[in-house]
Amino acid sequence: MTKERDSALPRRTVLKGLGAGSALALAGGMPRYVQAQTSEPIRLGFQLHRTGIGAVYGRWYQRTTEAALKVLNEAGGINGRPVEIIFEDDGTDPKRGSEVFEKLAVQRKCDLVFGALFSHVVVGTAPRAAELRVPYLVCSEGHHVAAGLNRWTLQPGITDVRSQVISMAPWVSSNLGKKVTMIYPDYAFGFDHRDFFQEAMKAQGGEVIELIPVPPTETSFTRYLPRIPSETEVLYHVMVGPAVLTFVKELGEFYGTGAHPEIFGFIDSLEGISTESPGLEFLEGSHFWEGMPRYRQPDSTEFDAFYRKAVGVDDSGAAVGDPKDVSTYAHMFSCWETLFVIKKAMEAASYKGPDDRQAIVEAMEAMTTFADSREHPQGDKVFNGRTHQVFGHQFISKVVGGKLEVVQRTAIEDGFYPDAVDYTTMPF
Amino acid sequence: MDLGPFLFLATLEGLVSAAVLALTAVGLGLVFGVMRVVNVAHGEFFMLGAVVAWAVTNLMPGAPALGFVAALALSPLAAALVAIAADRAILRRLDYAPEAVIVATIGLGYILQQGALSLYGPEARAVAAPFSFRIQFPWFGYSGYKLAVIVFAALVLTGVWALLTRTKIGLVMRATQWDRETATAFGIDTDRVYALVFGLGAGLAATAAVLVAPISQAHYLMGGDPLLLSFAVVIIGGLGSLRGTVIAALLIGLTDGIVGVFFAPTLGKILATLLVALVLVFRPQGLFGRKTA
Repeated sequence: MTKERDSALPRRTVLKGLGAGSALALAGGMPRYVQAQTSEPIRLGFQLHRTGIGAVYGRWYQRTTEAALKVLNEAGGINGRPVEIIFEDDGTDPKRGSEVFEKLAVQRKCDLVFGALFSHVVVGTAPRAAELRVPYLVCSEGHHVAAGLNRWTLQPGITDVRSQVISMAPWVSSNLGKKVTMIYPDYAFGFDHRDFFQEAMKAQGGEVIELIPVPPTETSFTRYLPRIPSETEVLYHVMVGPAVLTFVKELGEFYGTGAHPEIFGFIDSLEGISTESPGLEFLEGSHFWEGMPRYRQPDSTEFDAFYRKAVGVDDSGAAVGDPKDVSTYAHMFSCWETLFVIKKAMEAASYKGPDDRQAIVEAMEAMTTFADSREHPQGDKVFNGRTHQVFGHQFISKVVGGKLEVVQRTAIEDGFYPDAVDYTTMPF
Repeated sequence: MDLGPFLFLATLEGLVSAAVLALTAVGLGLVFGVMRVVNVAHGEFFMLGAVVAWAVTNLMPGAPALGFVAALALSPLAAALVAIAADRAILRRLDYAPEAVIVATIGLGYILQQGALSLYGPEARAVAAPFSFRIQFPWFGYSGYKLAVIVFAALVLTGVWALLTRTKIGLVMRATQWDRETATAFGIDTDRVYALVFGLGAGLAATAAVLVAPISQAHYLMGGDPLLLSFAVVIIGGLGSLRGTVIAALLIGLTDGIVGVFFAPTLGKILATLLVALVLVFRPQGLFGRKTA
């Protein structure tokens, strides 16, 4: 008993200490608060897929964002204030995603949150963004934003899947074939491909004859491949997750030296992986969608060159100095571009602090076009403020000598579709 | 594709997964049989095997085949050493009390998984196959390496069987399994036997993972499925029965392969789990297990 009493802190001392501590904290906090409106850094949260099935994207999303941040701060930040980005791993998991969002917004007091790619994370997080009334800028490709999530969620950095597939379906049906078999991930992102590519092919007089959904956590794919009907003219594949290389390799093993249909894939099936990897020789002559061409093209812009150099990517899309570390070049530009859209919106809204969060959303909704520039190295874009979705050019590339050569660049208008929502009429 | 070739491909796929599963499950079954330890970290030893295989093949200069052979030797060894250390440092101190051991191996599994995440990273990385020979059947092509996996797994399993039934170490293991106290009374150092068995179990899982790594890459989260399926196999086959484990692995592997090809892979897993439930209800000692009093 005596021992316990000796070691226990007297209540009075604890209370005194607490009081003094909080007084100090308050005193210390006051001047900083006053100063906040002028030179306190703007703090942005980044929901990062550092681990889990999106890890390969996460690594490059962070690098791209850090490179963009450096460029941004060197040019004076936002409204003359320096910008800080806090990266937080969400494990590519929807439940963790919304927790991370809350942590960034509430605990770390970020002005807004951006960066999520995987659509199940986006769908899982968006409701929390609306509840907390914090702008959520996704870099996801999913059609969910334009299909109707909430007013606080926007996608200003990358075209959605629906637009991507309808702009490419005419090329596929007139150059590759009309009877299509689709292999796609069995979750939200894959469903966008399934629904909108089918619809777009039908409009072109083509037909999807078989649908083969594959869980994104699958590690072995050979068993799915016999379901490809032999009359298939075009095999459309889009795969995500850690096993994408296995998927493409097994596809090659399955067809071997025998006859195979034309292959049209989304580069997602090979993001972070060299098209020159052993076992992928069968891809020679096949086609890929690319959001931005991984290999530097003869007609690539100076903006592409600037962006490549800033992020540290060489002309074949790998990290400078490490050819094995291939980037997720077709997607990661969305982080770069989103950051500069944030700058534009915050400056247009004369952003001072969290009370102006709604003004950021309104400023973005007022945007219409982005010019081809260092801020938008992927190319010019049209932003639809009513649906919160941006539209850009898409690229179709052919594998020639193991490298990707662009054979088609679609027009922005090719990807337009009727608005499904009008966020500007909705309450905040 | 016609039904014949379809079934043929499904059988091949089923045999590959059965081979890998049999190796993993025999490791789990051995540990339970001899030590009565439910090793929840078994899947992570599997993962460890694949991750070490990646490291070895990457550090080894020269032909990929050379690196792979080195991985096949070193990776199970590394997993075994980690397991032996864990046995000495944790399991022995808990006196192998069943409940404590389950909790301890759950923790051990987390340590291994997060350790791999910290040191190896979150990406899936490809391990080069020792050869890239492909067999072209009239209907489809098939990886020659996958067929080699089946053969090699069969060889290792025969080796384990020989070790258990034809050697002194095997005799000592069986004696310890039969009755630890009597074995101790006969001068057998059962502590060493336990460490050895735990190491062997982990080594077998690691061997399976080295074989599977060129097919499905090495990833820090890859231990989940093998653990689940190994438990299913061990329960169906009968705890402590090598023959039962192999037969159950074939049963589950082929079911998974064939059902997976014809219907959906998830249905294969559902059926495997259903089989476990049925076995537990109607024949709790497993198909080939001995009834314990």
